[in-house]
Amino acid sequence: MLSTPEEKNKQPLLNQRRRMLLTIVIALLFLLSVVLGGLFLDEGRIATNLNERNVPPSFDHLFGTDWLGRDMFTRTIMGLSLSIGVGLLGATGSALIALVLGMTAASMGRVADRVISWIIDLFLSVPHLVTLILIAFTLGGGFKGIVIGLMLTHWPSLARVVRAEVLQVRSAEYVQMSKQMGKPRWWIALHHILPHISPQILIGFMLLFPHVILHEAAVTFLGLGLSPHEPAIGIILSESMKYLSSGMWWLAFFPGLCLLIVVRTFDQIGEYLRTLIDPTRAHE
Amino acid sequence: MPILEVKNLSVAFTQYTTGFKQKSHQVISDLNVTLEAGKILAVVGASGSGKSLLAHAILGVLPTNAKVSGSMTYVGEELTHARKIALRGKEIALVPQSVNYLDPLMKVGKQVRTSVRTGDPKEAQKNVFERYHLKPEVEGMYPFELSGGMARRTLLSTAIVSGAKVIIADEPTPGLDPTVMKEALGNFRELADSGCAVMLITHDIDSALSIADEIAVFYAGTTVEIAPVTDFTGKGEALRHPYSKALWRALPQNDFIPIKGSQPHSSALPPGCLFEPRCPWATSDCRKGRPEMRELRDGTVRCIHAT
Amino acid sequence: MQLEARDIGFRYGNGAWLFRGVNLTVKPGEIVGIVGPSGQGKTTFARILAGFEEPIEGTVTLDGFSVQNKGYYPVQLVFQHPEKAINPRWKMHKSLHEGWKPDQALLDTFGIEREWLTRWPGELSGGELQRFCVLRALGPETRFLIADEMTTMLDAITQAQIWHAVLEISRKRNMGIVVISHEAKLIERLCDRVIELV
Repeated sequence: MLSTPEEKNKQPLLNQRRRMLLTIVIALLFLLSVVLGGLFLDEGRIATNLNERNVPPSFDHLFGTDWLGRDMFTRTIMGLSLSIGVGLLGATGSALIALVLGMTAASMGRVADRVISWIIDLFLSVPHLVTLILIAFTLGGGFKGIVIGLMLTHWPSLARVVRAEVLQVRSAEYVQMSKQMGKPRWWIALHHILPHISPQILIGFMLLFPHVILHEAAVTFLGLGLSPHEPAIGIILSESMKYLSSGMWWLAFFPGLCLLIVVRTFDQIGEYLRTLIDPTRAHE
Repeated sequence: MPILEVKNLSVAFTQYTTGFKQKSHQVISDLNVTLEAGKILAVVGASGSGKSLLAHAILGVLPTNAKVSGSMTYVGEELTHARKIALRGKEIALVPQSVNYLDPLMKVGKQVRTSVRTGDPKEAQKNVFERYHLKPEVEGMYPFELSGGMARRTLLSTAIVSGAKVIIADEPTPGLDPTVMKEALGNFRELADSGCAVMLITHDIDSALSIADEIAVFYAGTTVEIAPVTDFTGKGEALRHPYSKALWRALPQNDFIPIKGSQPHSSALPPGCLFEPRCPWATSDCRKGRPEMRELRDGTVRCIHAT
Repeated sequence: MQLEARDIGFRYGNGAWLFRGVNLTVKPGEIVGIVGPSGQGKTTFARILAGFEEPIEGTVTLDGFSVQNKGYYPVQLVFQHPEKAINPRWKMHKSLHEGWKPDQALLDTFGIEREWLTRWPGELSGGELQRFCVLRALGPETRFLIADEMTTMLDAITQAQIWHAVLEISRKRNMGIVVISHEAKLIERLCDRVIELV
């Protein structure tokens, strides 16, 4: 964070904080329009239309059409919308599990800590894509299987962060002081500990999001996730692979690019939130 | 000739107040200090008086929301930001206050050797360890294995083997017991005697007096007085500025009687002399503008009434 | 009320004893200094007196009874670094009022300006923060104050201001004080008697 203070003397029109917040708002609007688009776009555009098969991108069909004449733009937006929904559920579930387990490990005594730390290590020692596939497969795939699978597999690293943060703040002098001033345990948890870890949870949640979406797409791509009837990004990509060699590049290119943009958007929101919330960096 | 000269240094921070409003805080105003070879300048003052920020400004490590004006020269040449980066750790070295500044994963002998610039690093490190009574086995230890005193001597060794001409020590002695403190301070005197210019930043006048040549008294981000050590005696009659006198009298071994009030905050500095609201000598003239530093009896003072 | 520590011993796990067989009695209104070289466990001893830590050996009693570790503890401790003893996410008034609500007269005694109450801790200097920490520890139920290097990080004027305020309250309420400091001259100035921890 060291730069030349001497050169920073001019005051830009928008200060850093305004620019970051503006970016966050634009990013959220973008995501919201994708979700709404997925809900309100005309279902008819993804019906089979054999007269317009394999059309390259044009003004009528921005992303072209596939081998059944379905509009790829509509399919992509609907796929992304579904992915964001799945991501939201998965990330929320994971963040909640992380919060509960992390807090329990740090404040319920040594046995609880040992057990929970062991579970965290266990989950971290196996690539969670593998665990995710196992769980989704066991639950019979589909929407329910993939969402529960995502929830159960993405919490460990965040839980570890929460545990460390709680341990740290519990040993802080101001928390010990509070106890000596006669404050009950629940009061300390509510006023000292929870406010301390809530930014971590929020940022952790935002950064989990893209992760969850990518893994959902990956598992679906492998055919173990959502059913082939749903317009999920993973399914679109997996189907398109077959047609790549026949020169229909748009089938995979646009959906892939869109997935990348959505994931990057979430990442960026998480990063900016971290900068805005972190008191040591807040004045940059 | 002075090695390092700081002239009319001002530093302001822009900070967010509520939401998006930014406000400027004047944390250092019109500050002047001069470091000379073989001399120790002690910088004393309350917390929040800008002592550490001066060190950060010299080393070029202020945060990005700082606005800096004024000039600094090193051996007669302008000290630009690029030059600060080139010189720090080599010609201008910092002795930080705590062990946390050592790399926890590197053996201390190696850490000291990486700072050596000329000659055989191994040899230089052995010599400096011997000089500071660090046993040969210490070089193979990690920072966590060192006692507080050993860690401090290691930090000092790092600064010395670099061959720095200017040493800046930021609060190197708080919470040390008298024996260890004496040793730490003695090390700085030795350094100065070997030709370095030392700036010792501390809030503890007592320890500053025992080794420094000159004392610069800071108040609310500026120097109010620079005086030879010998002036700090008796009831403080020889001191020039009313704040220095008050600081001296408030020591437990003197009267232990404080003046009222507290240092103004950087966001609400008084319009005239910064000490005026608490000053026993204040007159309406004091409110008319910031007094300039002026020479007075072998020292300098920023007060229109001082005699 | 009399604070009595008898045969106190402390060590971490199975490590070497930090100290053993330490005795201390403080009468109401008495000011006792504790001195000794670094690393002898002065801070740990202070934490034991204030109920932050359980001694491995020995007992701490108030008027012969061991203290209930629920509710407001009558022995309060003030640390060396005020920045660590104040929640950085709270405004100053919330921190100050965590244990009790001092009146305006007390705020004046400690030189705490009204306007400081609405600030964040990061916007105040160490000396200003320490005034809050000391006043916070001086609730009406506080019988003894343990000052562990309480003013070591502060300039002479702030140090004298804080100590004058504390001494005034100690006289008024007949409150005992234990002063831990490396500064011999401060101990000499403040204390009725001094014990050495070796």
